[in-house]
Amino acid sequence: MSDEVAAPEELLEIDYRPPKKGWMEPTVEFKKGTYCYGAPLKHQEYLGLPNPRQWQPPDEDWQLPENWKDIILEGMDELLNKYRSFRLFMDICVRCGACADKCHFFIGSGDPKNMPVLRAELIRSVYRKHFTLPGKLFGKMGGARELTEDVLKEWFYYFYQCTECRRCSVYCPYGIDTCEITMMGRELLNLVGCNIGWIVEPASNCFRTGNHLGVPPHAFKDTLDFAVDEIEELTGIKVEASVNRKGAELLFITPSADYFASPHWYTLMGYMHSADMAKKLNAKMYAEAKRLGVKWILGGECGHMWRVVNQYMDTLNGPADYLEEPVSPITGTKFENSKSTKMVHICEFTADLMYNNKLRLDPSLNDHWRLTFHDSCNTARGMGLIEEPRYIINNVCNNFYEMPENTIKERTFCCGSGAGIGSDENLEMRLRGGLPRANAVKHVQEKHGVNLLTCICAIDRATLPTLLQYWVPGVEVSGLHELVGNALVMKGQKDRTTDMRGTPFEVEES
Amino acid sequence: MYHFGQVDLFQRNLKLDLSCYVMALTKLLTQHKDAILQRWLNLIADTYPTEASAFLKGKDRFSNPVGYTISQEINALYEELLQGRVDSDKTAASLDNIIRIRAIQDFSPQEAVSFVFLLKKAMLEELGSEIEKEQSFREWLDFEPGIDKLASIAFDKYVECREKICELRVKEVKADKEIAVKLLNLVGGANMEHGEVME
Repeated sequence: MSDEVAAPEELLEIDYRPPKKGWMEPTVEFKKGTYCYGAPLKHQEYLGLPNPRQWQPPDEDWQLPENWKDIILEGMDELLNKYRSFRLFMDICVRCGACADKCHFFIGSGDPKNMPVLRAELIRSVYRKHFTLPGKLFGKMGGARELTEDVLKEWFYYFYQCTECRRCSVYCPYGIDTCEITMMGRELLNLVGCNIGWIVEPASNCFRTGNHLGVPPHAFKDTLDFAVDEIEELTGIKVEASVNRKGAELLFITPSADYFASPHWYTLMGYMHSADMAKKLNAKMYAEAKRLGVKWILGGECGHMWRVVNQYMDTLNGPADYLEEPVSPITGTKFENSKSTKMVHICEFTADLMYNNKLRLDPSLNDHWRLTFHDSCNTARGMGLIEEPRYIINNVCNNFYEMPENTIKERTFCCGSGAGIGSDENLEMRLRGGLPRANAVKHVQEKHGVNLLTCICAIDRATLPTLLQYWVPGVEVSGLHELVGNALVMKGQKDRTTDMRGTPFEVEES
Repeated sequence: MYHFGQVDLFQRNLKLDLSCYVMALTKLLTQHKDAILQRWLNLIADTYPTEASAFLKGKDRFSNPVGYTISQEINALYEELLQGRVDSDKTAASLDNIIRIRAIQDFSPQEAVSFVFLLKKAMLEELGSEIEKEQSFREWLDFEPGIDKLASIAFDKYVECREKICELRVKEVKADKEIAVKLLNLVGGANMEHGEVME
């Protein structure tokens, strides 16, 4: 090498373009800030996960079991037989490219393997090699490739760069759900012990205590009392928050991040990493409803819970025939859409109260906010909860501005931090994924002076503040019911001088 | 009289010549603006992997924020550069908008800021022999440091963005601790590890 000295003119020839590499060559570099840490050993052991060990993604040796390849391929075979959708999605894609530019991670990073089609090809190529005749016969020419450790590392890197938001599937002419492909990829990785800390640790804590931080019941009760006191201080009204009351009409379940006011939410997406784990953790909701003898369940402002409730709960742990078809005790409205799951979203409940004029509201108490609404993937795209939050907003605020049509409702851009990847060590990747959302927020900030982004998902509330501080400084984040709380006028309340954050109205209005 | 007249004539000619001299490159750059900007955009898009570069040449603001931002801001930068306003707030804002994106993408620091130098490449490719004419070339020598200055401002912006990321990361970790401390105070415990409260 040292004998070959390039001529001066050669040295001046700088190629700015990255080297060309075929997508089939699996090369992944785990750079700090762009991957999630591996799961801690004690939590792997607590949940009885396979191949428990202390490891990190940048390690050269992932300490895989000797027969890891067999485990993955057998697991794939099992999943292909268990879920018809998985086999269908493996076979049916014609690589039309409709999904290619719809992923927020691709848009934000420019990394081609974040095109949903190419991300799916990472696993599809292995499927072809081991489960299809053309793949076995033609190998690389037939789009098939061998399962190697590098391929496995690539799976880990890219399947933990998908937030399972399903925006790509809205545009797919075949309706291929890349989210499910990611779920399958993660499930296979889990079989050989490759899982991330922010999924395993909260899942382990949830399994033990029912919340992602592992906080015991009496601390939870203290937190609620703390909130009750704060409301009394702000409004002069002492509300009653009963916990574990047997015979209550309904059970309210909210994302655990909400009741700890935590900026981090990482649990509920964690359920998704394994269907078995989801079943175990989800079963707690029905079990508690049964124990307390309530009629039905009311869910808090949570995105993922809503999708799990409507798409998985009934088949995982239903039918909940010991519960009743939900009827609002205040308005008498029957929530027929929840006939089967027996669970109502708080936005449906509140919107119904407003529709029936059961709440006295003063929208001017939110005049210090010029807000826009972020449709969370799971509620909007996943479950069609699109009009209810807007109905509530229009009842409690005077300054509401929508973001552009192709960035909201069922075409909403993901926050870029869901599906277990909202950890602080993964911040740079999250900033990439959050760019398309923030870009639309920036537009309404410039055009309408928007200073608040409202949403109904706990993970959004946890992660969007940081992303907006980088991309759109000056825009804050809130939940929808915070605005309802601001606008609510209750009998016997004292003169309101501050909003729910304790910020004096005059100061913000000036 | 004759003597002074000669000087007048000389000065007038000199003035005339100078104005031609000043105009030569600027005129060229103005005339070829669209083509140069297109080349610059293409070169920047080519700093991304091949499969992505075609997409980034698109300019829809919401479905392609990276392509849109780059194409808008290089336009603004070009204008400011032609007007000799490399130190303006507008220049800084435009560079910030591009660098804010490249600072979190898969680029090394030099890769993130070196898109500025691609303007030289775009200009030389577009103008070719035109720029080598003596007058243009002399003006080019005066003009080129402006591009270098842009690159150095871009480097400042890059460092600002990276510092912001560090600050945000610390903020998130601190906030995480704040909650833990709050919970510990609520339950009145101490010395408890995260995830094992009150065990």
